[in-house]
Amino acid sequence: MAKRSAPEVNAGSMADIAFLLLIFFLVTTTIPKDSGISRKLPPMEPPNDDEVVIKQKNIFTVLLNNKDQLLVEDELMELKDLRKAAIEFLDNGGDGSCNYCNGAKNPKSSDNPDKAIISLKNERETSYSAYISVQNELVAAYNDLRNKRALQIGPQRGFRDMTFVQMEENYKDPKFNGNKEKLKELIDQIRNEYPEKLSEVQ
Amino acid sequence: MSKFKSKKDNALPAVNTASLPDIVFMLLFFFMVVTVMREDTLMIENRLPLADQVEKLEKKYPISYIYAGKPARGYEKYGEEARLQLNDKFADISDIQAFINAERAAIAREELVDYLTVSLKVDKEANMGIVGDIKQELRKANALKINYSVGTGSALDN
Repeated sequence: MAKRSAPEVNAGSMADIAFLLLIFFLVTTTIPKDSGISRKLPPMEPPNDDEVVIKQKNIFTVLLNNKDQLLVEDELMELKDLRKAAIEFLDNGGDGSCNYCNGAKNPKSSDNPDKAIISLKNERETSYSAYISVQNELVAAYNDLRNKRALQIGPQRGFRDMTFVQMEENYKDPKFNGNKEKLKELIDQIRNEYPEKLSEVQ
Repeated sequence: MSKFKSKKDNALPAVNTASLPDIVFMLLFFFMVVTVMREDTLMIENRLPLADQVEKLEKKYPISYIYAGKPARGYEKYGEEARLQLNDKFADISDIQAFINAERAAIAREELVDYLTVSLKVDKEANMGIVGDIKQELRKANALKINYSVGTGSALDN
């Protein structure tokens, strides 16, 4: 019998099929963007815990009321001014124990960034977007201070022109080719100098 | 003269499209690889507020999602108030503890259980009442690492 070669499959429509699939995946793709403001909730306190006395001057109260108005230290404030006010409070260094602070050393404001606590209160009717805005500004205040500090002491440790936020990114980045242990040390030091003490009161 | 006349006429040759399928396949594979199908079908409106001091949520640690917002179109019978969604259904505040325990049990590697982060995806129109309730329940469930999920943009525009 004559050997008949198999006829060649027509591949002309392959492009069409591939296009169809491509368009399907194009439409269904959602690049996930999981980013946000990380917070740590306080653990449930034991019922008979001793009250810790904190000096009033070390607490920076931020109240967001049901009309989304901002009350900072009992005074009405615009959102855009909050960051500056928070930085002034945190960086004050009132008792002189903080040798890296650049604040006004006002004895009526916070003693030390380590003691300074920001207390954020909200009401049930406060809108979530306003709350996030305020959280964002307060985190920004901490980040600004840490960035400034990082630019100040970074060059001595061999990390020139790197803000704190960049340091954290570099630390997480597996492709970063610097000394990660030294970087970690520096990050921890700056974190300890400006600890994020933000309490969310219900 | 006819000696030098080209054999073909001067029309442009057709572009060779033989490599088109290859190019398309390349794109196709790219999108197939990066595509993540949504895990939960949202029954609520979920437009996240904006902020610029954001941290990336690391995928190497387990993440649980809690959604809250006004019921979306088609679910109007559940009312106008912001509601809570866990997995694929509406839930009550009191369900959160059970949800967290179930999520903890579902984590394959035991050493990662303590690293469970709860991502709160709350609609920007919602008010803090529901968020406060969620946070209180999370404290009871001892799930203390939370992340307010936001979009990137200027917080002053919210």
